[in-house]
Amino acid sequence: MIYLKTAEEIELLRESNLLVSKTLAELAKLVKPGVTTAQLDKIAEEFIRDHGATPAFKGYGGFPASICTSVNDQVVHGIPSDKVVLKDGDIISIDCGTFKNGFVGDSAYTFCVGEVTTEVKKLLETTKESLYKGIEQAVEGKRIGDIGHAVQQHCESQGYGVVREMIGHGVGRNMHEAPEVPNYGRRGSGSLLKTGMTICIEPMINMGRKELIFESDGWTTRTIDGKYSAHFEHAVAIKKGKADILSDFSIIEQVLSNLN
Amino acid sequence: MAKQSAIEQDGTIVEALSNAMFRVELENGHEITAHISGKMRMHYIRILPGDRVKVEMSPYDLTKGRISFRYK
Repeated sequence: MIYLKTAEEIELLRESNLLVSKTLAELAKLVKPGVTTAQLDKIAEEFIRDHGATPAFKGYGGFPASICTSVNDQVVHGIPSDKVVLKDGDIISIDCGTFKNGFVGDSAYTFCVGEVTTEVKKLLETTKESLYKGIEQAVEGKRIGDIGHAVQQHCESQGYGVVREMIGHGVGRNMHEAPEVPNYGRRGSGSLLKTGMTICIEPMINMGRKELIFESDGWTTRTIDGKYSAHFEHAVAIKKGKADILSDFSIIEQVLSNLN
Repeated sequence: MAKQSAIEQDGTIVEALSNAMFRVELENGHEITAHISGKMRMHYIRILPGDRVKVEMSPYDLTKGRISFRYK
C-alpha cells in the first residue's frame, strides 16, 4: 500500500530531512584522520536530540546506533565502533535518520577522509551524478523502473557494479514503506509514480563487482572483491514536471568547501 | 537506511508436499518450504523431486519461499 502525502505532510517530512542534512553537515566538520566512527555516532545522536528529534535508526530492527558508518569496502549498514579509526585516503558513507513530528528523515552522504585517489573521486562523482539522474526521472507519470534504469545505465556505462541486494524505499511515517525503489530496472516497469509519493533514492555503487557479502554481525555488508563502494541518498517527493528534493546536500557541501 | 530486497536463490527439490508445496534444499544448505508461483501453475509447469529451481524469498521470513523458475 503506497500512502500519498498531503502538502502539509510533505512539509513535515522536509523538516525531518533537513535535520538529517544539518546533522551530516555537522559530521562533515569532524570527518578527518584519527577520528573513530563511535565518536561520530555519539555526536550525531546528541545533535539530533538537541534539535527535538530522535534518531530513527536506533533500535530499528535491532540496529544499535544512530548512524550507519560504512568505511571503504563496506557498502551500507556499518555499525559505528571505537575500533574503527579513519585513515588518510579512506572514504566513509554516513547514513543518518531522524524521527520528528511523526515523520522520518533519511539521507546519506559519502565523505573523503584527507586526500583520496582520483579513481575513488571519480566513483563518488559518478554515484552522485547517478542519484540526480534518478531524481530527474522521479516525476508524475513515470514509473519506478525508469528511476532504476537511469541509475543503472549511468553507472554501468562507467564499468561500476550496481548493488542488487539493497534498495531504496518509500518514506513517511515509517522508514521503510512501499514502494521498493531498486537502483536497477527496465524502463516503464514497476509502480506508476503519483504526486504525493515520497521515496528515498539511494544508489549504492561498487568500484568492482556488484556482489555483496553479509558479515556475521547481521548488518554490515561488504563488497565481495574488497573494492571501494559509494552511497548517496536523497528523500524526494514526486511532483509534476520536477521532483521536490526534501533533503539538502548544499548545506553539507558548503561546510566541506569552507574546510578546504 | 537501505532496505533489503527479497532474496533470490537456487535450490533443489527434496520432497513434494501437498497443495503444490515443496521442500527445497538451498545452495547454502538451508531447507525451506516453498510453493509454486501462480504463473508457473497457469502454464502447468511440473516439478519433481531432484529438479533445480529458482526460489524467491523475503528477508523477513527465511523459512518460506516461492518457486519462480524450474531449470531444465
